[in-house]
Amino acid sequence: MSTAVATAPAPTASGFRRPSTGFWQTVGRRLSRDPVTLACAAILLLIVLAALFAPWLGLDDPYKQSMVRRLKPFGYQGHWLGTDELGRDMLSRLVYGGRSSLFTGFVPVVLATLIGGLLGIVAGYLGGRWNMVIMRCIDVFYAFPSVLLAVAISGVLGAGQFNSIVSLTLVFVPAVARIAESVTTRVRNEDFVDAARATGASTTSVLFHHVLSNVLGPILVYASSLISVSIVIASGLSFLGLGVTPPNADWGLMLNTLRQSIYVAPVTAILPGIMIFITSMCFSLMSDGLRSAMDVKA
Amino acid sequence: MIYTRPAAFTPRSAAAPQAEPGDFRVDLQERDRGGPAQPMLIVSGLKKHFDIGGRSIGGQRTVVRAVDGVDFTVRKGETLGIVGESGCGKSTTARLLMHLIQPDAGSIIFDGDEVNAVRGMSISELRRNMQMVFQDSYASLNPRLTIRESVAYGPRVTGLSAAQARARSESLLEMVGLEPSNFANRYPHELSGGQRQRVNIARALAMAPRVLILDESVSALDKSVEAQVLNLLRRLKAELGLTYIFISHDLNVVHYISDRVLVMYLGQVVESGPVDAIYAAPRHPYTRALLSSRPSMDPRRRIETAPLSGDPPNPINPPSGCRFRTRCPQARPQCGQEPPALAPAPGSDSHVVACHFPLSSSATVPSPPAKGALQ
Amino acid sequence: MLRYVLRRLLYALPIAFGVSLVCFTLVHLAPGDPIDSIIPEGASEEAIAQIKADYGADQPLPMQYLKWLGRVVTGDLGQSIKSGRPVTQEIAPAIVNSVILASAGIALALIAGCGLGTIAGYARRRAVDSVITGIAITGISIPHYWLGMVLVVVFSVGLNWLPASGMGSPADLSHLILPAIALSAIPTGIIARSVRAAVIEVRKQEFVQTLYAKGLSDVAVFRHVARNVAPTVLAVMGLQFAQMLGGSILVETVFSWPGTGFLMNAAIFSRDLPVLQGTILMLAMLFVVMNLMVDILQMLFDPRVKRH
Repeated sequence: MSTAVATAPAPTASGFRRPSTGFWQTVGRRLSRDPVTLACAAILLLIVLAALFAPWLGLDDPYKQSMVRRLKPFGYQGHWLGTDELGRDMLSRLVYGGRSSLFTGFVPVVLATLIGGLLGIVAGYLGGRWNMVIMRCIDVFYAFPSVLLAVAISGVLGAGQFNSIVSLTLVFVPAVARIAESVTTRVRNEDFVDAARATGASTTSVLFHHVLSNVLGPILVYASSLISVSIVIASGLSFLGLGVTPPNADWGLMLNTLRQSIYVAPVTAILPGIMIFITSMCFSLMSDGLRSAMDVKA
Repeated sequence: MIYTRPAAFTPRSAAAPQAEPGDFRVDLQERDRGGPAQPMLIVSGLKKHFDIGGRSIGGQRTVVRAVDGVDFTVRKGETLGIVGESGCGKSTTARLLMHLIQPDAGSIIFDGDEVNAVRGMSISELRRNMQMVFQDSYASLNPRLTIRESVAYGPRVTGLSAAQARARSESLLEMVGLEPSNFANRYPHELSGGQRQRVNIARALAMAPRVLILDESVSALDKSVEAQVLNLLRRLKAELGLTYIFISHDLNVVHYISDRVLVMYLGQVVESGPVDAIYAAPRHPYTRALLSSRPSMDPRRRIETAPLSGDPPNPINPPSGCRFRTRCPQARPQCGQEPPALAPAPGSDSHVVACHFPLSSSATVPSPPAKGALQ
Repeated sequence: MLRYVLRRLLYALPIAFGVSLVCFTLVHLAPGDPIDSIIPEGASEEAIAQIKADYGADQPLPMQYLKWLGRVVTGDLGQSIKSGRPVTQEIAPAIVNSVILASAGIALALIAGCGLGTIAGYARRRAVDSVITGIAITGISIPHYWLGMVLVVVFSVGLNWLPASGMGSPADLSHLILPAIALSAIPTGIIARSVRAAVIEVRKQEFVQTLYAKGLSDVAVFRHVARNVAPTVLAVMGLQFAQMLGGSILVETVFSWPGTGFLMNAAIFSRDLPVLQGTILMLAMLFVVMNLMVDILQMLFDPRVKRH
């Protein structure tokens, strides 16, 4: 019988054909060959590492105010990026701000993927009435525009990083749940799931061994596309005064407080936004790259 | 894994193969509870209606009567072919047998035990006795698992250890003609259609079933590959003493592989009997039209009888009385009033037909292409 | 067709109820008793008791919800704590202003998005396509409130061409330009990507090849392509318009544009719960209605749906 591949991998010690590259290895390999993804990954790594190791980078104290050094331009007395409206070092504030902004942007997506993914997969697999009940409840929350819901929940709960995270998680759970349900329903109707059920396997076994591995891919791609949105909205909440509170460093909050000085120091005022933009853009491009890498019939 | 051939059917070969590591012997005779006379399967009154929602103005729900009262038996060791046009309910029947969908009515008796009844056979027990091979060879395999893992999943579910399941998986792959050292570590997308169907057969056999349902299993394959798979199926059936239910719309294939044939139309059985009797002298007008519409390679044998006209009527609203009457060349007023019941055709007790005016045994069709022509 | 519309309406009704329930519950999530924010300063015991009875604050929550729902359906959204005026009076002009801004934004997004998307769809895999896709992704990822600030820096602070805030007189469109551009960034990106994908999809289909084979010019073929792409575009546009209407708070804050977002912002910080609740409710309901309209429009355009 003719083999379906041109080259066969060298056999293992026991004489068996070496396992071909599985799905995730193929995705990984394709990602590592995509220049855009690699560039974005490098940039993000830099930002994340800087944020993580901020206390050990020898930066100025981000909280130290100085009334005489307000809104100084770049390079003034060792402040590479100048100072903000309270005299604090901008570079330091930006790096420390990254810790806050990245955390507030990333955590809700992780939580929403876990919660929404679970809800969606269960609803998709069970089908029928359970599916309808769960998804209708989800749809009620999906019926709100994202920013509106985030602002509403934050406005009601009050400002603060924790409330911000709660608010954003609640906003994203419906979105992830819908994707998860849709993908799970599609996979569940495939013959191989029926074949697995026909062996008499328990529901958990079928879910775990057959459904999950096929469903995880699309869910993760969607979740990764939410990260950039989350960072923008999280910073937006801080911008409105509903997220991280002063005197903490946070990109969105910095945009807010620097806004009054926009006529005096316009460039300084928009610096935090550049960070938000770069981070959001890199996550967006990487998510696109992930989707392309997975978009193969292999 | 080796089934031993029951002595009642054929003599045991003198040189019985020795048990190899990873093999285990299953004595089919031990699992045979009802004896040779007991049919393997008795299906009666099977019904499945699908509610597709959308109430009409009158408030009635639109219901697709996919399977509407199906009765048949399957004898031990035979191959029952089920034929019919698309939408006649063949695949739904298969899934109902496997209890992948719940029947709305009817009973299934497996080797004397009623399935899903209080003192009968449980569904999980049924699944250890009956397995299915699906049509779409690619969709039937989990794209994330290797071939070995796919075949080994079933045995793992039934409680074998990982090593035992792996060994059984490899010996089965060998049995269906896929060399394990070359194929076991492959993924489904690296195989051709015919190879994938072999894997599906191996996967079904991994559960050591007594009955195999083949739902359009060769329909999507090229003709030459189809022939190879059919021959594999025949060989396996002989070696392992299996019983087959072979569903297809391809009349020639069914003729080649079946012992008895069931003809379905719009969710009901219209005729059933020994394969040669049905193919040579069908009693139901639908069967006759089906058979005679097969193109013949011989220009001398031209189609004389009237072909089937039009599309099958809507299964949501089937015609009253006999469902075939709207396309039947010999329909009479009585056909619209009362649905015909399955009754033995005159002159034969194993050949049953559901028609008020069954055709006589002298009504022949042009003989089909010779059996050897399939090679 | 009527059956589909009815069925869709029937589906939207429980959603609308759910939305109203969420709006009602939100306010009660706030720390502190919401009724306290309604009671004016220094009110007498009887006045407090009267207000509580009016709002049913002494009754169980489900009863309160029903009473509130009853008032809402008749158009009574309560009174603003800050100004004392009916909430509806506060919201109405704000909604009009937000609609103006959102309309301008979606118009820009439509023109830019369709243009870019079509060009990218026709110029597959060439440099132009990559550039346009890059622009689209930029639009989607950019924080639009920051974009607003950048625009202010460049066009107001730097060049002094356009005003930085406020709405100005109705005839003065110069106030509309910068906020509309900022608001249109994300929808432009989304529309561009959708149009690009739709154009590629349609052009791949066989009927397009047939048209070329019949000898039609590029322009004539384009008309056919546009007709097939239009439903998708309309659907995306409708959804984006609705999202913009609900999510305009950020841009409105940057430009002090007196719309619903600005109103909500003020309400949050002055703890004016009736206004906040009313605004959220109205915007959410608008979103539900717009989604409904988009669904029906899509069905109208889809020839595969049977019409009686």
